[in-house]
Amino acid sequence: MAAVLESLLREEVSVAAAVRWIARSTQSSEESPGEAAVLNSLRPLRKEFVPFLLNFLREQSSRVLPQGPPTPAKAPGASAALPGRPGGQPRGGRGARSQLFPTTEPSSTAAEAPLTRRGGRRRGPGPARERGGRAPGVPEEGVGGESLSWPGGRRLKGSGSPSIPSLTLSDPPNLSNLEEFPPVGSVPPGPAGRTKPSRRINPTPVSEERSLSKPKICFTSPPISCVPSSQPSTLDTSPWGLGLPPGCRSLREEREMLRKERSKQLQQSPTPASPTPELGTSLPSRTGSLTAEPADPARVSSPQRLELVALVYSSCIAENLVPNLFLELFFVFQLLTARRMVAAKNSDLELSQDSLESPLFQSIHDCVFFAVQVLQHQFQVLSSLDKGTLKLLAENERLLCFSPALQGRLRAAYEGSVAKVSLAMPPSAQAVSFQPETDNRANFSSDRAFHTFKKQRDVFYEVLREWEDRHEEPGWDFEKGLGSRIRAMMGQLSAACSHSHFVRLFQKQLLQMCQSPGGAGGTVLGEAPDVLSMLGADKLGRLRRLQERLVAPQSSGGPCPPPTFPGCQGFFRDFILSASSFQFNQHLMDSLSLKIRELNGLALPQHEPGDEDGESDVDWQGARRQFAVVLLSLRLLAKFLGFVAFLPYRGPEPPPTRELQDSILALRSQVPPVLDVQALLQQGLRARRAVLTVPWLVEFLSFADHIVPLLDYYRSIFTLLLHVHRSLVLSQDNEGEMCFLNKLLLLAVLGWLFQIPTFPEDLFFLEEGQVDALEVDTAASEHGLDSVPVVDQQLLYICCPYIGELRKLLASWVSGSSGRSGGFVRKITPTTTTGLGAQAPQTSQGLQAQLAQAFFHNQPPSLRRTVEFVAERIGSNCVKHINPFPTHPFQLPQNPLSLLQGDAGGRSGAPGRVTSSGAAGDTGTERGRSSPVVGDLVFPAVSPWDPGIEPGAGVLPKEEPWGCAGTASRGDPSSCTKQCREHSCGACNRKSMCLAVGQHYRLGPGKWGTESDLERWIGRVLGSLG
Amino acid sequence: MILTKAQYDEIAQCLVSVPPTRQSLRKLKQRFPSQSQATLLSIFSQEYQKHIKRTHAKHHTSEAIENYYQRYLNGVVKNGAAPVLLELANEVDYAPSLMARIILERFLQEHEETPPSKSVINSMLRDPSQIPDGVLANQVYQCIVNDCCYGPLVDCIKHAIGHEHEVLLRDLLLEKNLSFLDEDQLRAKGYDKTPDFILQVPVAVEGHIIHWIESKASFGDECSHHAYLHDQFWSYWNRFGPGLVIYWYGFIQELDCNRERGILLKACFPTDIVTLCHSTA
Repeated sequence: MAAVLESLLREEVSVAAAVRWIARSTQSSEESPGEAAVLNSLRPLRKEFVPFLLNFLREQSSRVLPQGPPTPAKAPGASAALPGRPGGQPRGGRGARSQLFPTTEPSSTAAEAPLTRRGGRRRGPGPARERGGRAPGVPEEGVGGESLSWPGGRRLKGSGSPSIPSLTLSDPPNLSNLEEFPPVGSVPPGPAGRTKPSRRINPTPVSEERSLSKPKICFTSPPISCVPSSQPSTLDTSPWGLGLPPGCRSLREEREMLRKERSKQLQQSPTPASPTPELGTSLPSRTGSLTAEPADPARVSSPQRLELVALVYSSCIAENLVPNLFLELFFVFQLLTARRMVAAKNSDLELSQDSLESPLFQSIHDCVFFAVQVLQHQFQVLSSLDKGTLKLLAENERLLCFSPALQGRLRAAYEGSVAKVSLAMPPSAQAVSFQPETDNRANFSSDRAFHTFKKQRDVFYEVLREWEDRHEEPGWDFEKGLGSRIRAMMGQLSAACSHSHFVRLFQKQLLQMCQSPGGAGGTVLGEAPDVLSMLGADKLGRLRRLQERLVAPQSSGGPCPPPTFPGCQGFFRDFILSASSFQFNQHLMDSLSLKIRELNGLALPQHEPGDEDGESDVDWQGARRQFAVVLLSLRLLAKFLGFVAFLPYRGPEPPPTRELQDSILALRSQVPPVLDVQALLQQGLRARRAVLTVPWLVEFLSFADHIVPLLDYYRSIFTLLLHVHRSLVLSQDNEGEMCFLNKLLLLAVLGWLFQIPTFPEDLFFLEEGQVDALEVDTAASEHGLDSVPVVDQQLLYICCPYIGELRKLLASWVSGSSGRSGGFVRKITPTTTTGLGAQAPQTSQGLQAQLAQAFFHNQPPSLRRTVEFVAERIGSNCVKHINPFPTHPFQLPQNPLSLLQGDAGGRSGAPGRVTSSGAAGDTGTERGRSSPVVGDLVFPAVSPWDPGIEPGAGVLPKEEPWGCAGTASRGDPSSCTKQCREHSCGACNRKSMCLAVGQHYRLGPGKWGTESDLERWIGRVLGSLG
Repeated sequence: MILTKAQYDEIAQCLVSVPPTRQSLRKLKQRFPSQSQATLLSIFSQEYQKHIKRTHAKHHTSEAIENYYQRYLNGVVKNGAAPVLLELANEVDYAPSLMARIILERFLQEHEETPPSKSVINSMLRDPSQIPDGVLANQVYQCIVNDCCYGPLVDCIKHAIGHEHEVLLRDLLLEKNLSFLDEDQLRAKGYDKTPDFILQVPVAVEGHIIHWIESKASFGDECSHHAYLHDQFWSYWNRFGPGLVIYWYGFIQELDCNRERGILLKACFPTDIVTLCHSTA
């Protein structure tokens, strides 16, 4: 592999050719014969190039990033499909892998340094299993076996290419232990390596991500395998919900070991060569080394070489040849913000500048130069980051120094950026409302079942309230506190009918509490707010000092956190685990699957923004919001479906032996999937709705156990996803292609998935051969959701909070060097955390919005849809009236009454009655254009106020609507109803409608207060009906 | 009428020392002139009930029952018209109605071959003329009419007061032009838990959204409030969201701690009701 890089450096091969060579198996005619010859000779190594490159860069940077920040490349892949090994035998590969380390034990007593560290990390999620012990098969190492090693982490030898042995750097002969995987921040040990093990710096991670209380986090390894808790309490760290028992013994042990380890390393390390102040202390590493070395563009050692590597690297990123785009960005940011370099031995520097023999990064200057080079190529992605990140980046003095041009572009992007990622509204812990249609006695087989469910509902909320009150108390344990009550309650659910009722309640409550982004990390019910990101960089220095004194500083998950259940999701996970009822789980899976199918198949609006007339803009905002809601719901449901579906199979590690694995495979392969995700994915791709389907599918798959990827069914899904990933080239922006942010979202979630321990690491760098079946004909539907810009920055950050790690990294840089930084915006904004969770002072408008929301909460959902529909139609119709140049007559997409009936018909609910009371027979009548449609819609709702009115009397105003709205808005609602009685209903109808419209358009969409008039009005009508 | 915990404790402390008679109630009123009679009566009644609950078991041992019965028999033999049972109850510090029930039960056990059912006893207490023994019927009657905290008469009064306040609340809601469903309508629709009123369009009271209103014609002390929370208020919240409880005779201020959670306490019909209205823009 290095040969390729060398050829590049010797300029035998152009970068473009090399990237083409990497990306595509077939030979391109563009290559010159010379290039082709060189590349052909290296053909067998093609697949290994990218992992090699990533590992190479990380090794090279190990002296700069001694703290071992979490930027590993989980790029061992190619090795599993070694060219040396007969190709196309994934089984063989797997077998070999599992046999390579059959005896590895999660030794907590290992005295050897690396073992201790890794063991510590790997065991992190482990103690979980002790909790309750009822969770089947949740074993010692919660997340992952992958960290053990990747077979052939350095398989260059194995690949048998004679051209490489000279590259001692990347070819340490000693593959003996866990260190073989290419960790960022540590240099592989080996006698031949020029870096001696003793020189290796203890990879203490960057400070804010590190706490003593979480020794299990080890950033030297693939990040996914570290299970950083998002909560200060160790109780809730495991994604599998098996938190540590309080006062976990092993945790303390680990901590002890870690301390010993540190001191040992301190003694070993040749202090003159490695000024690593963090070694002696147990405090976060950066505390001692805050002052960064200045970087100087003039002192870059070999700009050409760096430029070239940067170009190759960037091209690989651009072609999506790297598994995780944001991980690479994070790495580059780390290089940019590296503080100082561990001095290398002199001999290292005497080597030729042109080959790989000499270190790529010889100084901070090299690192920064390289980073800036890469960033220049990645500007497009950078510019779509949030405003805070852009600001920090644009203010970075190193970046300014190395590339004023890029700085200028970033600054422009910052100034042009309107989107600001804000805290979403904290979720309201409201109960699922009682709906007589589904919840009254008639829906139960017996009085007993009815009363049992009544009690269950109360117990469920009692448990939920207790959880809200107590889950943040130290020492409180879900299982101990609530487990027996939950099981007693579940025990009463004997009849299947009750199960379905309870599952419906559970699922609704889940959606209600966790669907909003705030519910994921809610400030009210969830974990502590992300203070680090709330405070500006200015405050970070102070915060950092405070942090040093606190044992558990702000935690963050790194750029690739494992799947977790933040905030109130934790309640639902723990509930499922504590209930441990297979009937419940089965009903839950059924229900989740159905809901996922339903939402996934939802016909979302597909029209482009900025259509002909005024309505489109409003519609467009609504459509975007609707998409976000559907997407977030789907992700939540899929996450829980994955959690429950794979719960029985979840294990710590892959099966130890091939035989065992084969027998498990034989068992599992005959089990039908809980939800036919493959078909859904294929449909999604075909219908060009990947932007909706892939993100939830990723959530589902992130909970897969180790066997899942080996099953043909799921393997084909993974292959398909890889194919999708590769096809999402950001720079291509063809007609009908996916929109940029849509692509970015998919890249981010897929990249995250590829870092999950259970994701087959050999798959990513594998030949993309078997994708023929996936060549789905996208021509079928030209205008799918993919080509509509449905994803905005906020949604991107909500779905992928780990992108925010970039900002934290940059912010921590500023905090370390704020004295010297001369940013262009030096405004000091007073920050306060009181606003984070506290309720905003209630304005009357806010209260009105809350009232409207509350009103709909207790009504069947169909009512809301109906009202939204009415408001929207009336709105657009009024605009048509105002608009002196109507472009075309209004066409209702479907019969309004049929819509009403479709929503509510068949049930005995209020809306159904609304329709039945009115002009059902009138639908076929030709009424001209828009207004009668509204009249029809509105009429049934109005008629109770005036029984004398005839169908069709509601005709929209001929007069100017705004004036009308003005008069109506001054009258109070009761007078409005009086008017209704006194005058023709049409008049009142008109006024109310106009009012609604007027407000709708003046205030813009998205504010419930705007439509509240109409809501109230209809609500009153319904009230009178009831 | 909203008392602090300290104020309440003072009243409760004072009640411990006095017998449950109308005279004591008058004394109480003199001692706490600022409190309304209804509030004091309600507290008085609740405290007395707590006291009876504490001593209940003591009066229901078979020895005690036998002892009371014998004393009753001895008493009526001497003078059947004297308030034997009532005096006995006052003497042993037990509620007269409950004493009457004990004696009636014991009497029926002796005179009937099968042990009497609860409903039979209840019915006899409601209408003492059904009691086969005229002397006992008279004694029971005296007990019931002289008991100010227990017995069918008191139950009837309580029920009437409760109903009265519900009607009052209904009138207020109608006056405010708020649409609602009452308990009967809810029951007809098959609701499994029914507050007094569900507002069909929620309103805001003191900045808190409420969906339902429950009327309680009593004083809200800790004991009764917690029981209500568990059996009623939280159940309502679980189905209809946040709501309002009106303790017409007041409550302990400290109990109004679930406002954010969705249980709002008031001692009267709220004055600042915000409804969904037109002029929001």
